[in-house]
Amino acid sequence: MKSLCLIFRVHQPLPLRKYRFFDIGADHGYYDDYTLENHMKKLAVECYLPATDLLLNQVSRYGGAMKAAIYLSGSTLELFNRYTPGVTARFRELASTGQIEFLGGTWSHSLACLASEQALALQAGNHQAAIRDLTGQTTEVFLNPGLLYSDEIGQMAANLGYKGIITEGARHILGWKSPGFLYCNPLQPRLKVLMRHYKLSEDLECRFSDPHWEGFPLTADKYFGWLLNGGQPAESIHLCLDLETFGHYHPASSGIFRFLDHLLYLINHSGEISLSTPSEILNSLQPVSMINVPNPLSQAGEERDASLWIGNDLQNEALNLLYGIADMVTATQDPRILCDWHQLQDSDHFRFMSENTPAPPLHHRKSPYNSPYEAFLNYMNILNDLTIRVKSHFSGPSPEEIIRNLKNRVNDLEKEIEKSKEEIHRLRKRKKGH
Amino acid sequence: MFGWEFPPHISGGLGTACCGLTRGLTEVGGVSLLFVVPRAWGDEETAGISLMGANQIPVVYTRSVEKETWETVTEQIRVNSPLLPYQSPEEFWALKSRSYPKGTRFVEVTEAGTIPFTGSYGPTLFEEIRRYALVAGQIAISNDFEVIHAHDWMAYPAGIEASRRSGKPLVIHVHATEFDRSGGNINSIVYNIEREGMEAAGRIIAVSNLTRHTIIEKYRIPPRKVVTVYNAAEPLTEEEKKGIKKGITEKIVTFMGRITYQKGPEYFVEAAALVLSRMENVRFVMAGSGDMMEAMIGHAARLGITGHFHFTGFLRGDDAYRMLRMSDVFVMPSVSEPFGIVPLEAMLANVPVIISRQSGVAEVLRYAIKTDFWDTYALADAIYGLLNYPVLAHLFTERGKVEAGNLKWKNAAEEVLKVYRSLLEETFTKTDRT
Repeated sequence: MKSLCLIFRVHQPLPLRKYRFFDIGADHGYYDDYTLENHMKKLAVECYLPATDLLLNQVSRYGGAMKAAIYLSGSTLELFNRYTPGVTARFRELASTGQIEFLGGTWSHSLACLASEQALALQAGNHQAAIRDLTGQTTEVFLNPGLLYSDEIGQMAANLGYKGIITEGARHILGWKSPGFLYCNPLQPRLKVLMRHYKLSEDLECRFSDPHWEGFPLTADKYFGWLLNGGQPAESIHLCLDLETFGHYHPASSGIFRFLDHLLYLINHSGEISLSTPSEILNSLQPVSMINVPNPLSQAGEERDASLWIGNDLQNEALNLLYGIADMVTATQDPRILCDWHQLQDSDHFRFMSENTPAPPLHHRKSPYNSPYEAFLNYMNILNDLTIRVKSHFSGPSPEEIIRNLKNRVNDLEKEIEKSKEEIHRLRKRKKGH
Repeated sequence: MFGWEFPPHISGGLGTACCGLTRGLTEVGGVSLLFVVPRAWGDEETAGISLMGANQIPVVYTRSVEKETWETVTEQIRVNSPLLPYQSPEEFWALKSRSYPKGTRFVEVTEAGTIPFTGSYGPTLFEEIRRYALVAGQIAISNDFEVIHAHDWMAYPAGIEASRRSGKPLVIHVHATEFDRSGGNINSIVYNIEREGMEAAGRIIAVSNLTRHTIIEKYRIPPRKVVTVYNAAEPLTEEEKKGIKKGITEKIVTFMGRITYQKGPEYFVEAAALVLSRMENVRFVMAGSGDMMEAMIGHAARLGITGHFHFTGFLRGDDAYRMLRMSDVFVMPSVSEPFGIVPLEAMLANVPVIISRQSGVAEVLRYAIKTDFWDTYALADAIYGLLNYPVLAHLFTERGKVEAGNLKWKNAAEEVLKVYRSLLEETFTKTDRT
């Protein structure tokens, strides 16, 4: 029997506020909290609450047969805690059913894997801790922003203790091979690679409510037929999509929730496909071969490479500066600096600097900037402020300066005393005169 | 073609654009061009075209032609002496009123029978425009051509007159409208001249969609008559490509253009003050002259930035190029700019540019930072960014040069030829029908 692996991603970037160069060194608030709060509350109502409710209903209806996986970024989890605790509670509830596997990844949906193993370890560690806090689970399968992956990235993930990783089943990597099997990393054969079935994933993520698409309108029965007869042979089909697909990319009025509901009904009653979590697939299937990915692979654009995030000089410059201060930042041990540094690693900040036209499904998350250059200016101003903060953490005033400052202060005080004395003298005289 | 100025005797972008367009037309070939300016100086760069000064055309000789069109002509040109000796005033008037039809105007001529022109924008501008039209009518019947093309409002009456006398179709080229120049305080005489020209013309060429909209909305011209043809920039000559040695180590930020309301100089001064409040090693240059120059000097002094703020006055030809090449950032904060060729010249000279969104050139440029003219904070931020983040400046310099280089006058000329052709076709079908 074929297995179907459903993976839902949950991440929202923290919008940066318009940060002018006058603010550098003067104002350390980087985020547009107002927009953020409204956005999160709106998303909770239209997507996160109904979507998690639907999953919970399915679990109570089908019990052990209902399985899925969720990647929830640490930074977004914090946003839920802050603005919509109800969503956090639902994720906790989903975890407690034991039917939903939580996936590992980076805390802030970051590009740390492109910088260094250290940076990745820091991010993955933070994320691991956040998820353990929420669910009690230890994550075993790794997922990068945009499903970014290469042989080296896989090796890093393996070194961090992950057993599997999810990436794009891109045609230029797979060639004649099918994404419906398990593969392994050539540098670290212990690490299994799950390939996303991008066509079936994007049918839902990008095209579901597009009236110009040939598959429109997409019914659960039609889609179920595609799952059954996918063209290529497959042991398991891996669908990976943003949870925002449900209710946000496609509004509830498009019928996306009822579609999912009915699709799960068909799957659970057909006896031809069963649902599995990624870990179950890793344990039950044997890798069919190694998969060589020498250059970064992702789900972005026609090229399916990393150019969306590090495709131009601006992005590279920003990335170098961001990770150039990594050692200093960790040395400060200042939680606020560390938190800002992690937030600034969010891959979306780099995406906004891209000159590529946004490819699906990322076009759903439009850049708030008018141009990539504005995004760069804003980001660099913030990064410069952070750098100043980090440096000032180490370079307090020198002893000479402190002594000089104290001396000045004593002088000032003495002058003041002198003045007061004169004043008293004058007043006394006046009193005597009366 | 009728134009008011031609390089090197120019006061702004109009002459440059006219010259570029004529060169483009020559390059495309198949067109013989007669360019009429009010006053020919003899040193114009007229490769491939014939340039004629209206001041060289004897109007006395109109008498011979006038007889043929006696009935239709309303404007009479007579140079024979109106002095009649030995008459009482009453008798004189009776005689005179009989010999000249009503509405006769008298025009001052030189001994050679030509009309003197200054070709400038002096106090006698309106008078000159009227006389220019007069000569245009003369030129129209003594030359053979197919289309009349008039550049900007000073030449519209000339175009109308030439069209009326010759029966040939008229194209007018709008480089700027009164709304751009005055910023709301419309001079109704100029407005009327402009509207008459637009109404008389068979086709109107606007230098950007911005201008096209103004023409359609403010002058009530049917949209089908108005075509957008973007300006271009002349590639640099070998001489100009040579490096310029900068005498100072500081960065230079340049504003170049007439210092008038239209160009937004005060926003540049304000932004300069903001930037200077954060960094020292930068100098601001305002190159140009205009009615707001003194006010700007005063403004800079009030802000206390004159130590880093320089006024050069109007720069001609080579000096302007040298100034551009010395610059690290070029700024055009125009309040209303129909097109704006100077940013293109700056880009060709390897200078990154910041332009206001309210300029026509913003419609065609990608590698330029665009800000709203009133947002001095955004402008200052962009200046600061280009000065402090070399990677951004580098990207803009490299790509901007290519981008500006691709905007060729040849392409613009081809578009203009298309306009001619469509107009001629239309005229032919009309005459066929009647």
